[in-house]
Formats: sequence, C-alpha cells, structure tokens
Amino acid sequence: MQAMEQVDCDLVVVGGGGAGLRAAIAAAEQDPGLRVALVSKVVPMRSHTVAAEGGAAGVAREDDSLDGHFNDTVTGGDWLCDQDVVERFVAECTAEMVQLEQWGCPWSRQEDGRIHVRFFGGMTTQRSWYAADKTGFHMLHTLFQTSLRYPGIQRYDEYFCADLLVDDGAVCGVLALEIASGEPVCFTAPAVVLATGGAGRVYGQNTNAGIVTGEGMAMAHAHGVALRDMEFVQWHPTTLPGSGILITEGCRGEGGVLTNRDGRRYLQDYGLGPTEPWPRPKAMELGPRDRLSQAFWYEDQAGRTIATAQGSAVQLDLRHLGEARILERLPMITEVARRYAGVDPVCTPIPVRPAVHYTMGGIPTDARGAAPLDGLFAAGECASTGIHGANRLGSNSLAELLVFGRAAGQAAAEHARSAKRRRQGVLERLAGEALAPRLELLRNERGERLAVLRGELHRIMEQGVGIFRNEQGLDEACRALAALRERLAGGIRLDDRSRTYNTEWLTAMEFQASLQVAETMAWSARARRESRGAHVRNDAYDQRDDERFLVHTLAHPGDGSGPVIEHVPVTITRSTPRRRAYGAEGEGSA
Amino acid sequence: MSEPAKITLEVQRYHPEQDSGPRWQRYTVPYTAEMSVLEGLQYIKDHLDGSLTFRWSCRMAICGSCGCMIDGEPELACHVFLRDYAPGPVRVAALDHFPIQRDLVIDHSDFLEKLETVHSYLIPAEERTPADGTHRQTPQAMADYYDYAQCINCLLCYAACPQYGWHPDFAGPAALALLQRYNLDDRDGGHRLRERVIDAEQGVWGCTLVGYCSEVCPKGVDPARAINQNKAGSAARYLLGWWRPGRRRGEDRE
Ligand SMILES: Cc1cc2nc3c(=O)[nH]c(=O)nc-3n(C[C@H](O)[C@H](O)[C@H](O)COP(=O)(O)OP(=O)(O)OC[C@H]3O[C@@H](n4cnc5c(N)ncnc54)[C@H](O)[C@@H]3O)c2cc1C
Ligand code: SF4
Ligand code: FES
Repeated sequence: MQAMEQVDCDLVVVGGGGAGLRAAIAAAEQDPGLRVALVSKVVPMRSHTVAAEGGAAGVAREDDSLDGHFNDTVTGGDWLCDQDVVERFVAECTAEMVQLEQWGCPWSRQEDGRIHVRFFGGMTTQRSWYAADKTGFHMLHTLFQTSLRYPGIQRYDEYFCADLLVDDGAVCGVLALEIASGEPVCFTAPAVVLATGGAGRVYGQNTNAGIVTGEGMAMAHAHGVALRDMEFVQWHPTTLPGSGILITEGCRGEGGVLTNRDGRRYLQDYGLGPTEPWPRPKAMELGPRDRLSQAFWYEDQAGRTIATAQGSAVQLDLRHLGEARILERLPMITEVARRYAGVDPVCTPIPVRPAVHYTMGGIPTDARGAAPLDGLFAAGECASTGIHGANRLGSNSLAELLVFGRAAGQAAAEHARSAKRRRQGVLERLAGEALAPRLELLRNERGERLAVLRGELHRIMEQGVGIFRNEQGLDEACRALAALRERLAGGIRLDDRSRTYNTEWLTAMEFQASLQVAETMAWSARARRESRGAHVRNDAYDQRDDERFLVHTLAHPGDGSGPVIEHVPVTITRSTPRRRAYGAEGEGSA
Repeated sequence: MSEPAKITLEVQRYHPEQDSGPRWQRYTVPYTAEMSVLEGLQYIKDHLDGSLTFRWSCRMAICGSCGCMIDGEPELACHVFLRDYAPGPVRVAALDHFPIQRDLVIDHSDFLEKLETVHSYLIPAEERTPADGTHRQTPQAMADYYDYAQCINCLLCYAACPQYGWHPDFAGPAALALLQRYNLDDRDGGHRLRERVIDAEQGVWGCTLVGYCSEVCPKGVDPARAINQNKAGSAARYLLGWWRPGRRRGEDRE
C-alpha cells in the first residue's frame, strides 16, 4: 500500500456548521499561529444550520433578565438540565449575538436601528434574536464569511471524517476521506473538536437535512465515550408529511390554528386551552412542542386526522388571517406550502404532522466543551452540554452553537499547545487500521441494498422509539436493532465500487453511524422508566419520577451485545423540580 | 390508490475513471404531485442505480447544494417539481460552465476562491468589541444591501452567465453581488480594498450585461444590478483618477 497523505496541524475541527465555524474562529482568534484544519463533508455554508428559521436566544430587553432565561430553560428541560452550565450559558448568549452583529449578521431591527427580539415557543418573553425568517442562514453565512479572514483556518471542504485516531487514551487526529478522489488523509493534531451536528436522520420522518446522520456521536462512542441522554429526541409538531419540511412556529405566533378532521381546535382537549384570547404565549398552538406532538398522536389513534398520500396529518389553518397578512408576515412559509405541499395557505389549510427535529443528547462535555476523552472536545447539536435537559427550548440551540462553539474552540486551542504529539509510526498504524474496514465496504460482493436497511432502521425507530414509548415496544426495538446490526454485518451491497465522489459509499458509512446512535437511543429510552420532557411513556411509567430518575443517562459502548446503561446525577444549583404547566393552568407560574 | 404516474428522467452521466466524455442515461420513476426533481434523483439512487451521483442536503432550497441544468435551465433540483415536467422526459445535467467531477457534481473550487478575493466579509469601519454593543442600523440602511445578503451560493447565475463560460477569470455574478453586499453595509469600511477587484479586468468590466443571471436566481438577489452599480462607480473612478475621501458610502448606487 502506498503511504497515506498526512496533514499535520494543531487542531482539527470536524464540522463546518454554526458550532464548528464558531469554534474555528475562536481558536484562530485566541492563538493566531495555531494551524486549524476545518474538515467538513459539505462546504460549510451547506451545513444544516442554514435551515434554521426562527431565532437565537439572548436576553436583550430591559424587562428581561438572565434569571428569566435560566428559569425558562430549566423548566422547559423538565429539570434535567445541569444548572451550573445553564447559568454560564445564559450569561454568555447576548455577547455572542452582539459579536455576530459586529461580524455583519443582518439581525432584524427596530425603526430606530436597535435590534429587535421576538417571542419563541417556551420563552416567557421576547428574547429571540432573528434575521427575518432565515436566522440560521444569516448566522451561518456570516460565520463562514468571517472565517475567511483568518489565515490560520485551513479548510478541507468535502472531506468525510471516518474515524478518530486515539492512542493510549488520548486523541491524536482523525482519518478522513477526500470525497472527490476517495483518497484517505490522516490529519494529525493533539486536539479535535467534533461539531458534526445531530442525528435526526435516524428517523424516517424528520425535519433535518440529509447530512444529519450522527457520525460525530458514533465516532466518539466507538472510542469508549458514553453518549448522554440519548432517549431525548424532540419532535416538531408542524412539518409537511413525507418530506418533513418544517412549517415554523411563526405561523402559530401570527395566529394560525391547528384543527383535526372535524375542524376542531383539538389542543383544547389536551389541557392547553382555553382557545381564547388567541394568540397568547404558552397556550393552545403555542404550547410546548412535546405536548403538541403528543396531542397529534392521540388524535391519530382516535382516527381524527386526515389521510394524505404521505401519511396522516392535521390542518394548520391560516385562512382567517387574510391574504394581506399572510403574504406580508409569512412569505417564506407561503412559498414553501405552495411549492412543497401544493396548497395555497390563503385558501386551504396546510397539512402538517410531527417529525423528529432535534437530538437533545450527545457527547457529554463540561462547560468548556471538553469530552471525557483526552484531547476531545464537542460543540453544537452533537454535544450534550447539559443545557437542554429533557427538552430543548426553541432558539436555545442556535445560541448554544455560538456560546459553546467558542468555549470549545478556546479550550481546544489551549490544549493543543500543551499536549504532546504522537510518534509518526503510531499515527500511520492507527490510520491504516481505521481505513481497512472502510475500504472493505467497497469490496463486498454480497449483501443488502442500503435503502432497504435504512428503511428498516426508520421503521424500527418510528414504531418503537416514537413520540410515545412503552416497555414492550422498546424491548422489541432493541431486539430489532440488534437484528439489523447482524444484517449489516452480513454486508451492504453497493452498486458503486469506485473511489471518485462515491456518495453511496459515504452513505453506507453514515448508515453504520446512524444505527449505532439509534441503539443508544432505544436502550437509553428503555432504561428510563418514567416520563419526562420529550421522553413520554404510555405504560406504567407515564409520570415523572424525581426520586429515581432525576439523573442523566449514559449509554456506554458495551461488549457487542448493545449499549450498557448507567445513570448519573444531574447538577442542581437553585431551581428544584416543579410541575410543568401550560395553558390556563400554567398562567402566572414561571 | 391507483397506479402512480411515471416519468422518465434523462440524466447526464460522467465518470472520470471510466468515461471519455458525458453520456445520457434514462430512468423511469413513479412520482406524486409533491415530488421534486431531487426526489426523483433520490428514487433512482435508492432503487435503480446507486452509482448516480449528485449533491443535496437541505431539500428546501436554502443550502445551495443541488443546482443543475433541468431541461436546459439552471435550477435547484429540490425547488422544481416533476409534476411540472410531465409527461417528460425531463433532462437533468450538471451545471453549465463548471468542470464536472462526476455525473451532476461540479467542481466549485473556483467560486470558493473568488469569494475570498472579493473580501466578502465585514471589514469594520471602526473596531468594536461585544462590550461596545451592537451598531445601530435602521431598516432603511439595511435595505441597501439586504437583497444581496440573500445569496445561497448555489451558482445558478454562473451557469447562466455566458461571460463566465468564455472567461472563467471573470469574478462572476454571485461574488460581485456579495462584494456589493458589504460595500453597501454602513457598518463596513472595506471599500477601497474591494475597489481593486472591481476595477480589474476580471471585475465588473467582464460583464456584458446579459442579465440572465438575475433571471435564474432563486433568491431574488439580482446580481446584474450589483454589477451595474459598480460599473458606475468604477467608471467614475477611472475618469476622475482619484477618490474623494469624504464621500458617504452607498452614494455610488445606480
Ligand atoms: C428546520 C430546522 C429549523 C431550526 N430552527 C431553529 C431555530 O429557529 N432556533 C434554534 O435555536 N435552533 C433551530 N434548529 C436547530 C439548529 O438549527 C441545529 O441544532 C443547529 O444548527 C446544529 O448546528 P451544528 O453546528 O451543531 O451542526 P450542523 O449545522 O448540522 O453542521 C454539522 C457539520 O458537521 C459536518 N459533518 C457531519 N458529519 C461529518 C463527517 N462525518 N465528516 C465531516 N464533516 C461532518 C457537516 O458537514 C456540517 O458542516 C432548527 C433545526 C431545523 C432542522
Ligand atoms: S446570486 Fe442567486 S443564483 Fe447566484 S449564487 Fe447567489 S443565490 Fe444562486
Ligand atoms: S438540497 Fe439544499 S438547495 Fe436543494
């Protein structure tokens, strides 16, 4: 075998989304001499962050407070947040939003030129910075373009990171494949930041971009890092059936209503009413996402949904707002509905249903982004910093990318200067070992079609680890995932065996990662015998159980027969668990 | 439900290890009213031919990955629908004017370099730190550059631009629109740096005013207008041969 190409640097950032770019910039700013390699399987501005529409949280108004943001986050997270980290988080959000403004982000403004902040589900006051209905797009392009100013950041666009290189308990680089040529490249560095995003594509119905397949989580897990709180998966209640394209909360904020087959605003039947006055925060259609998704499930079970070619749906009705208001306030959604659902919201309700939106769990980190593996850092959706708890609040994750992206970038830069480097021979051996099984995929003569295996994964997860879970369904899901792992071991048969831009090959590697992540989700969910936040059971464990389960879940890799689950304490500083209440019941409570 | 409707896609194939030049391959796929051309390609990849190669990610017209020529027009594959091409066949090819890496995947590295040469980032008029708070910028001041800030870097305008086809040195529509995006931002002070790019032969003078770039842009960016605004400014600089330092930014618009 010919020698593998090697790139020596000080820090590798894997991922060019909001978190990865923020981390790379922070590292380059702190230490301009540092050689930062930014490795991403897509050109950074194609990253999934681009699709976020709503907003990014940061206290901005006189009548708001850090305590307010803290309380909303911890309550929303059903007290599974690490409160020390939340405190640090809320304290740093606003400075990050300002920093982004100074880099050129076109945040929406008031008439006098000051920043505008708006309401967003779960937040009790206006706290979300936004850039029209393209917040993530503007944030990502601002970060990407700003990154061009730092000569220390060397981009490796369209390089697929296949594995971490770990020697003697410390990270010393990554193995990547240059997608265009299919050639392996060994990046050596004493510090690696994983910023690879979430894993929503583990499910069939999801709002996520195609690249959100969980490799970062899977890579860390494969090297012994236990993934944390993986059972907490957020559904977004209003997405287009089939494609999963998101119809933002903004529609409901403007006064849009959800009705069932009979035209009834069914959310009033699930403790979210009364219906009037409308719109008002934290009630009816502006209740928390988990409650809305659960209500859909009941309506569906009761046969009160409508059938579409892409599955059952309820109706998001905007018609009463009138054409002028719809076109003025919701132009993007109008466009999306017309094109992607083939309906005009001015005259017809939009069919919507819940889809997987966000993975709360991930690689556990401390407040500096350090993971429990020497030299490894994580930020963004792939990380579990402890701020989301059992349920993420809308607009906290874009803020998280910035706050923890920066923290991880800085901490990793420091680490990179102090850590020792590995010997050449060690790196070559590690990279060669990591590469071999990946090349094997190209040689398989026998096996199943990727789309078939992926379809099976989606079926298992939707059925057994869905909006509602129960012991029997979770047992079945764990078993079925193990069986799928066996089938995968039997081989994937690729049509494409060549090296040049072989996306089928990459998809196979993504699928392996997705399956690994899915198992941690199913096993973690089974072990949590209570209901909390986004993890809701409809068996004997349908209540929150603070006595036994006010704990984080850790899914360790295990010995090959599935993850091993451990529960560890949550950090509580000043907010003790209370009931989460919404609708009339919740009015007046924090 | 009745038999789903079918449509034939004629897709351009090219594999540098195997083919001497591009060729066409036909696939027939079932489709529904909601299916985009991208979903047609995905159907082929999943069920008929896993070697068909194309870029995609967001599938909602915001990441800019999936540009290709569809029936000869530059389009985002996720933003046009099979229903509109029925009964077919519909022809899908790689974006014009770029080298092909494989099938529908083009080599976009030239554009990425251009983004850097036009300094498409904010060069602060005055140094500030987060402690100084945000700039004030009125909605009217924002409107000056806002449309240019909507560019998703999809490169449809490059495929539409005959000039870029003949002279790949030309900075091209999107890069010049992004240059103008920052020049018109009242927080920016990077004008002079960007002037060198504008006035160079590969800058605005490469443009021969075809205007097709603005027509194909899926985001209403209007790069042709950005180029024209700069031509006026560049001509003035050429004639006067000097720069009035007291002039307000944005004065050279239209
Ligand atoms: C439709 C939608 C709307 C949303 N709206 C909001 C909102 O309004 N407010 C809010 O706070 N949050 C919102 N979110 C959530 C938020 O957008 C995401 O959590 C966030 O953008 C994730 O950013 P990231 O940087 O962690 O990852 P991403 O942006 O997903 O980037 C991941 C990066 O990692 C790279 N990568 C991944 N795997 C590999 C690999 N194997 N090799 C090399 N590179 C790899 C990718 O190329 C990419 O560059 C929304 C999410 C969705 C789906
Ligand atoms: S100007 Fe328009 S067509 Fe050109 S790259 Fe930008 S968004 Fe695409
Ligand atoms: S897939 Fe993102 S623009 Fe088409």
